[in-house]
Amino acid sequence: MLYTNLKHIETAADHQKFISENENVMICCGRMGPMCIPVYGIMEDIEDQYAHVKFADMEFDNPESHVIRNVPEVRGFMGIPFTMYYKNGKLVKATSSIQSKAQVTAILESEFAEAN
Amino acid sequence: MESNNHYNAIVIGGGPAGLTAGIYLSRARIRTLILSEGTIGGQMILTHEIANYPGVESVSGYQLSMIMRNQAKKFGCDIKANIQLDTLKLDGEVKEVILSDGARFTADAIILSPGGRSRTLGAPGEETLKGKGISYCATCDGDFFTDKEIMVVGGGNSALEEAVSLTKYASKVTVVHQFDHFQAFEYAIEEARSNPKISFMMETTITAFHGNEKLEGVEITDFKNGYKQNYPIDGVFIFIGYVANTEFLEGKVELNIWKEILVDTDMQTNIKGVFAAGDSIAKRYRQVTTAVADGTIAALAASKYIHELHKTIQHA
Repeated sequence: MLYTNLKHIETAADHQKFISENENVMICCGRMGPMCIPVYGIMEDIEDQYAHVKFADMEFDNPESHVIRNVPEVRGFMGIPFTMYYKNGKLVKATSSIQSKAQVTAILESEFAEAN
Repeated sequence: MESNNHYNAIVIGGGPAGLTAGIYLSRARIRTLILSEGTIGGQMILTHEIANYPGVESVSGYQLSMIMRNQAKKFGCDIKANIQLDTLKLDGEVKEVILSDGARFTADAIILSPGGRSRTLGAPGEETLKGKGISYCATCDGDFFTDKEIMVVGGGNSALEEAVSLTKYASKVTVVHQFDHFQAFEYAIEEARSNPKISFMMETTITAFHGNEKLEGVEITDFKNGYKQNYPIDGVFIFIGYVANTEFLEGKVELNIWKEILVDTDMQTNIKGVFAAGDSIAKRYRQVTTAVADGTIAALAASKYIHELHKTIQHA
């Protein structure tokens, strides 16, 4: 159980539905640990500011999170959380371990830039 | 001075020192804003279990952070997390803080509690291979290294205790330490030395990390003879202490050679109306309990300062 204020994704089916129904998605897959909590905190803080992006978390130890843990893009990742960015259902960026707000927002700005 | 953006006190930092200051100030009906560049809780959230916080048998750092945050909010404290400071003016009666998004706040008093962060080696490849073989948290990432060979950098309690805990997963753990002796307590040294999976490389350090998609090896420099040698390795855990988050204060308040803030017994810095508390001040022991104590003293001293400042203004 992740004690965050983010939307929780519990199953692989929910994950597929969430990324296919929303254009821009950021999902943080982790535990309630020191490298993960700061990323959840950043996501909670910027959720309103990035209204065109949907934010969610998924528990790393949930067997259903194989949809994140087993994709080729995370081969070589050896630190939680695995943070995934999807556009129109496709994975466009993934990061491993703790990230700063500047690193997260830089990805959001580049991958999910809003048309003027 | 009356304005929505004017506070009696602004606390910079949202760890246990800053949150405690926020609780005390807000409870005293002093309008207070906490600004935190990171997540609320500071380094406290790095702790999975706190078992020596008086009055609480066992609690996670995250839970304790949330309790303190909610306490501060309950008393009316405003809190903004994950902000970025742009400008800080500490001189004069009215202190000024401007954030990177242009938001401007003023205050009668400032409490600095920016805390610290894990020290990094700063070696080439460290940033790009973080999370891809380089880690700063054994409990988070240890299981990625099951049956693999890893190194632990450091010679303090954290390094040696985590080296021992990582032997649950790794096939071999090599402790890399820059000195010829450890700074850890004797019990931690003995436990590490008696573990058959642990070996030691003394008077050495990692000077480069190699790998593309993941860490593949490191360059080790031997301080005794200056020789550099490459070693293949699957993972490196770094535990080489903490540094104060005070870069933004250089030239603004008095710091010591380790860039820690110098304060008196009232947590007053060399600038009138500017106080400091927590891990960023010059002191020997850094614990949640000592940070909470610092925050309390800073808040009480700041309250007195603000009260006297307002009396002076009324009488002027």
